[in-house]
Amino acid sequence: MGDQLSILLAIAAMAAVTIACRCGGYFLFARVEPSPLVRRALAYLPGCIFAAYVVPALIAGPPGNWIGAAATMLTMWRTRNLGVSIAAGVACGWGARVWL
Amino acid sequence: MSGTIIFTKEVFWRGVRRSAPLAAGLAPFGFVTGLITERHGLSLADCALMNGLVYAGSGELVALANWMHPAPILAAAFGAFVVNLRFALMGPVLAPWLTGLRPIWRYLSLTILVDHAWAISVTDMRKGGRDVALYVGLSVPLWFGWMAAAMAGFLSAKGLALPPDHPLFFGALAAFVALLVPLWRGRADLLPWLTAAGVAVAVARLLPHSSWYIPAGAICGCLTGALMEKPRG
Repeated sequence: MGDQLSILLAIAAMAAVTIACRCGGYFLFARVEPSPLVRRALAYLPGCIFAAYVVPALIAGPPGNWIGAAATMLTMWRTRNLGVSIAAGVACGWGARVWL
Repeated sequence: MSGTIIFTKEVFWRGVRRSAPLAAGLAPFGFVTGLITERHGLSLADCALMNGLVYAGSGELVALANWMHPAPILAAAFGAFVVNLRFALMGPVLAPWLTGLRPIWRYLSLTILVDHAWAISVTDMRKGGRDVALYVGLSVPLWFGWMAAAMAGFLSAKGLALPPDHPLFFGALAAFVALLVPLWRGRADLLPWLTAAGVAVAVARLLPHSSWYIPAGAICGCLTGALMEKPRG
């Protein structure tokens, strides 16, 4: 199989799978009545997904990222401003890397 | 949540404005995705197609990490599936808002679903917000911002000296960390979040080089929360 064709097919497959995930979850949910347990569980999903993503990523990264993360959360708690919090986190993480 | 779902221009533009820091946080991530695409021998058109149609940086990076020639169609699709499985769980959470859109717009809006815009929308929804325009206004600019960053990264690949562990790239992770703050609803979230994180760390160790840890951690955390709520008897 030609390389360019295989690349296009791989991209198409990835796109199909991802669109199926994004739309399919909602599609099923709209048709299948979720049990009370599932509905209660879904309410916890936002924080749990982010926690499941963030903690392993922090562990895998340089130690300075923990300081950056702490700065990010503190700034977000105080300012409720996402841009400022990201900037504070990046700055502190960078500083920690350079000076510690 | 009471009341019908609305879509207003004012809130759409509010979403667009609020997407700016999200786009800034995503930009380094998109940039590095485009850059890595070039390093793996894909063309500019391939980069545009992948980032436009798949539009999921972590899924793309997982697929690219094990890229071969000819392209590994099944492995790439499977990698994207595992990482993006979380979207299947996220869509239903937004269901109350999405029903306010006609089906065609509902599913089009879902195709550009990303974590940050979703988290902000969920937070607003929990506070009683009924305007789905917020989600759309947040999400549409992010797609354009992502495409711009990815193309810039692709075009810069040959001339650039930024190492892959440059501190600027922490911006993408920082955005996730920051969004945990408004998602926190109080003590009831503590054990579910700790469970989610703990399970995620354990699964990541057991199954390195895959992304099963994300849905595994998330589902265990959610079940913990739901079961803790169950009334006795």
